[in-house]
Amino acid sequence: GRGWGTARATGMALPLLLGQLLALMGPGDAFYLEVRELEEKCFIQEIPDGTVVIGNYKTELYDPAMEKYQPSPQWINLFVFVKDPENKNLLARQYGPQGSFTFTSQSPGEHQICLHLESIRFALFYDGKLAIHLDMQLGERTNDYAEFAAKDKLTQLHLRVQQLVEQVELIQKEQEYQRWREERFRQTSESTNQRVLWWSILQTFILVATGVWQMQHLKSFFKAKKLV
Amino acid sequence: MPGPGSAQRWAAAAGRWSCRLLALLLLVPGPGGASEITFELPDNAKQCFYEDITQGTKCTLEFQVITGGHYDVDCRLEDPDGNVLYKEMKKQYDSFTFTASKNGTYKFCFSNEFSTFTHKTVYFDFQVGEDPPLFPSENRVSALTQMESACVSIHEALKSVIDYQTHFRLREAQGRSRAEDLNTRVAYWSVGEALILLVVSIGQVFLLKSFFSDKRTTTTRVGS
Repeated sequence: GRGWGTARATGMALPLLLGQLLALMGPGDAFYLEVRELEEKCFIQEIPDGTVVIGNYKTELYDPAMEKYQPSPQWINLFVFVKDPENKNLLARQYGPQGSFTFTSQSPGEHQICLHLESIRFALFYDGKLAIHLDMQLGERTNDYAEFAAKDKLTQLHLRVQQLVEQVELIQKEQEYQRWREERFRQTSESTNQRVLWWSILQTFILVATGVWQMQHLKSFFKAKKLV
Repeated sequence: MPGPGSAQRWAAAAGRWSCRLLALLLLVPGPGGASEITFELPDNAKQCFYEDITQGTKCTLEFQVITGGHYDVDCRLEDPDGNVLYKEMKKQYDSFTFTASKNGTYKFCFSNEFSTFTHKTVYFDFQVGEDPPLFPSENRVSALTQMESACVSIHEALKSVIDYQTHFRLREAQGRSRAEDLNTRVAYWSVGEALILLVVSIGQVFLLKSFFSDKRTTTTRVGS
């Protein structure tokens, strides 16, 4: 009403409208998966440390009358649990039916991101189908270039170069992570090598020892039986 | 009715909010983009993903099995009418490009139903259309300066570097998973075989002894 009039007067109506439209859109072009209430779906992200991950999501409820998915009501919430490679909880929070969650990795390795939907009211959905639209972005795609431009008054060229710098930093981080992983791989291989070596020595020893024991035991046995 | 001062304040607030909302608009990918996800597929399970695609968009689905069993999975891609566009059984890695012939929800499924007790970790990358532009005012039709074109080509090259890195990381994860499997198997086998050796060699001696203990009574009976 009055607010819109003022907004129109200051020329801010269009961005405001877009923003409101956006709030309904959510992660526009991401895939979605079907879940039931309380069904947990987990995803793995193998990332180096210091990586920012942003997950944009939108949940929908299947309406059997219209045979279509409709946006979820406010009392369906998404629970997000993020575990880092050392099984420490990076994120354990409840979010609304749509929005985004974000976390920064503190150690390199496999991070587990588990999501499940729950209604915070006592409404049972024994047959209800829900859909989670998910779009996870990491690295340079999490940067908001428009914000950089507005804040530091950068030109378009500067923004592009900024994007390239971010990409190169991501590549560098991934290569450091690669070095760490290769070391782990090498340790595993060397451990296998050691185990096979010790096992061969042990096996030879056991064989010889049991052979000697067998002969001695049988010899004394036959001597006792007066067969030798 | 409040005076112009409050209207100004409201306008300033609206301005701030619209900037924030606009920023949010840009954070969300526009038409197109790539989603790459790694998920765990339990044994005898099937996981389906759906995506709404507009007609004429060029899409690429790429998947790879990282850990588990024989490192293979069934994959199936269907268009909105249910026609199967791609179907492969027990594939370790594949890449499939198609152009969406109609609007609607496309469905792709990964199935581990043939496996009885190994669960698999599957990575897939579904690229729909082109990547979103860097900033909203970017107009792809207008000519770019030389510097800007150089930046764009460097950006594309770096994207393919990152792509190679991802593939390398997946291969390395696969190799490492096999190496760790081998390591544990060697440990169990060593302990197991040591035990078997001991049991068999001691058992042989006692069995042999038992033969002679029985025969002794018969031979003495024969002898006497």
